[in-house]
Amino acid sequence: MRTALLLLLLLAIAAIPGSLVPQRSADPNGVSQYFTDNPDLAPILDGLQLFDVYTSAWFSAIYILLFISLIGCVIPRTQHHWKALRARPPRTPARLERLSTHRETLVETVDVDPAAYAGDAVALAEQQLRRGGYRTERYDTARRGAPSFSVSAERGYLKETGNLIFHGALVGVLIAVGVGGGFTYTGQTVIIQGDTFTNALVDYSSFNPGRFVDENSLVPYAMTLDEFSVSYVAPDESGAGQAGDFVARLTTQRAGEEPTAGEVRVNHPLDVAGDRIFLMGNGYAPTITVRGPDGEVVYSASVPFLPQDRNLTSLGVVKVPDGLPEQLGLVGFFYPTVAELESGALTSGWPALVYPELTFNVFEGDLGIDGGIPRSVYALDTTDMTQLTGGDTGVDSIRLLPGETAEIPGGRGTITFEDDSALTPTGEPVKRFVSLSIHRDVAATWVLVFASIAVAGLLAALFVPRRRVWVKATVQGSAVRLEYAGLARGEDPTLDATVERFAGEHGASLAGRGASQPT
Amino acid sequence: MPVDSALSLESVSFLLVWTAISIYALAFIAYVVDLSRRSAVAVERSAQRELVSVGAGAASGDATTDAASAVDELRAEGLAAEQNLNAAPGRRTRLLWARIGTSLTWLAFLFHVGGVITRGIVAGHVPWSNMYEFALTGTVLIVAVYLGVLFRYDLRFLGSLITGMVVLMLGGASLPFTFYVEVVPLADPLKSVWLVIHVFVASLATALFAIAFGLSVLQLMQARREQRAIAAVGTGATVRTGPGFLRTLPGSEALESLAYRFAIMGFVFWTFTLIAGSIWANDAWGRYWGFDTKEVWTFVIWVLYAGYIHARATRGWRGSRSAWLSIVGFTAVIFNFTIVNMFFKGLHAYSGLS
Repeated sequence: MRTALLLLLLLAIAAIPGSLVPQRSADPNGVSQYFTDNPDLAPILDGLQLFDVYTSAWFSAIYILLFISLIGCVIPRTQHHWKALRARPPRTPARLERLSTHRETLVETVDVDPAAYAGDAVALAEQQLRRGGYRTERYDTARRGAPSFSVSAERGYLKETGNLIFHGALVGVLIAVGVGGGFTYTGQTVIIQGDTFTNALVDYSSFNPGRFVDENSLVPYAMTLDEFSVSYVAPDESGAGQAGDFVARLTTQRAGEEPTAGEVRVNHPLDVAGDRIFLMGNGYAPTITVRGPDGEVVYSASVPFLPQDRNLTSLGVVKVPDGLPEQLGLVGFFYPTVAELESGALTSGWPALVYPELTFNVFEGDLGIDGGIPRSVYALDTTDMTQLTGGDTGVDSIRLLPGETAEIPGGRGTITFEDDSALTPTGEPVKRFVSLSIHRDVAATWVLVFASIAVAGLLAALFVPRRRVWVKATVQGSAVRLEYAGLARGEDPTLDATVERFAGEHGASLAGRGASQPT
Repeated sequence: MPVDSALSLESVSFLLVWTAISIYALAFIAYVVDLSRRSAVAVERSAQRELVSVGAGAASGDATTDAASAVDELRAEGLAAEQNLNAAPGRRTRLLWARIGTSLTWLAFLFHVGGVITRGIVAGHVPWSNMYEFALTGTVLIVAVYLGVLFRYDLRFLGSLITGMVVLMLGGASLPFTFYVEVVPLADPLKSVWLVIHVFVASLATALFAIAFGLSVLQLMQARREQRAIAAVGTGATVRTGPGFLRTLPGSEALESLAYRFAIMGFVFWTFTLIAGSIWANDAWGRYWGFDTKEVWTFVIWVLYAGYIHARATRGWRGSRSAWLSIVGFTAVIFNFTIVNMFFKGLHAYSGLS
């Protein structure tokens, strides 16, 4: 017990650093930021596995030791309890008055044999105890002509059973989490309205498989984003601009089956072939077309712009690697409802599409994507590029309303912000995108099952009283001494009251069986 | 701040809450007066007992008799207090100031409930979706548990702790520059029945842990008093054994077993909190457990109280050591609600503060 206690306290303390330092599992960006902010300290912390506390060697050591000690405790206790379950209640102690819970009365018998009276009294007590859920055993003795009758009773075996079940279920939770984790995968993807995602590795933007997941044989299905809708609290109400009621309407299709319509809402993931699809984010994906000097299309796509604030001022990057004399990079801001700050800078004043505008800074040069180094599609590395518009170039940034086209300076071609009104279900000029998280976790159900069993066990272990009760009747001449005693096994705050009440009831039901008032 | 010229329901709620806070503050004062007057009561009673024992012809001056009588005195006090503790509401010791305190607490509680309900009507949902609302509803549940427990045990000696804590939490949360936020629509992730269960059960657990905490603190004080009183036996010296009101409270063992009873109920509710939270997290975030900061602290608290329960069954850890665990556990609960919500980065970012 002492070992378990120390390990528990150690576990509580060891869990704390994970809430102080960002964790790779929960907050990977926080970890990178920490490395940037504390370049000297971070590697030291990393060496101590403080960015992976819950998978670290030292944290694992503590909980594995804890579970070893738990198993080492539960097994012998189970054996012991198994024996106790089949054993009879123990012999009545010779001197009941030594127990702290003890009552006694002396009854004068009238017209009856005191021994018969005592025997009856104990038989009656046995009946009553049995009705109260006690397991009973009679122990009658006759010593030096003073016969003594007694019943030994025990109840509350469920307490220990519950205790063992609780600890066993905790082992079950740990195993379900550990083994189940190997068959779990989570992946993220972005779908632009009208586009289709197929459940294969190439369509994921990131994918974290468990140890036993075969990445090449994921369940085949496809999902198309038909519509994403969201509502905003009106400007004159409190909480203005707060977004809510997010719904992504998807058409899903499993291989060889008819397509079905489905919805993903916050708190209401969509089940597809055992995968659960969660809605994680959303934004706008304006369609941008870039043409060369002769009017030929060199780039045309809907580009997800990542929201930067709650009014959805969004940042996006377009990379045009081919078709022009030099590679072209565009860094754009999208404002669903453009507004101008006092400084002259643009911002979005409202998250919905009231007056959408797109601005671009154009860069020319080497995009850095031909060297084989993986690059984020959401960031532009401008080290080997020359800026053509915006910033210090003296040339104004390109500003576009839906449907407008602007010249790229120097006759390099044109950029068009396409009006997608005909392509969106609501007739809005800009498409939306959603970021979805796709999870498969077969063990979650098992974890819940074991957790529920643990709670049931816990309730029994904490609230079922385990106690022994004895009733003894000793003949003393013409009188009978009745003794009631109780012994708590574990916490039992109501023992005294129970014995008191039992003695009262027993005494009352004995009345009129040939005895005078108890003295 | 909802100080409109027209009295909106939202400001009515705010006024009700502040009325409640003021009355809780008065109740706190009454309970403190009660504790200070209890010492006088204790002295009076012990004098009565002495008279009785002298009248019975007890010898005095003998050191062993002194020792025995000192221990008897302790035991008698403890037993009397234990009877008071378990007495039915109608048969309790008449403690004027404790009665005033309890009546005021009831009054404040009614205003408090009014404040919660009006806030809920304005918001159109259960008012516990941000720090202010959680403090509002959490404290109402704490007071409800305290008042409910009073029907079973005479725990009025914890009144100053409970009302004091409620004044601090509720008052602190209701200041316009701290947590007070106007009603805004419920954010999408909070629209879940599991939220209702999760937060409700967490508040109940907090209330039970608070009572267990108070009892554990008193247990430590009482244990120290008992030790000193026993150590002083035979030296003939009269030692100061701590605040006088302790003499009207049950002995440290009785307090310990009562604290344990509340702590295990709190522990069961906390376990429910963990499970309901995990079910909700599985729907909202796609995983049932992710060691988010709030999850970490909920886990730490669970482990601490599990440790406390084990300590009660471990030789050498019963008594004061386990009481300290209960105190540490409750400190972690408060830390989880205040510091973690305000300063730790995590997914439970619903304080409504920016």
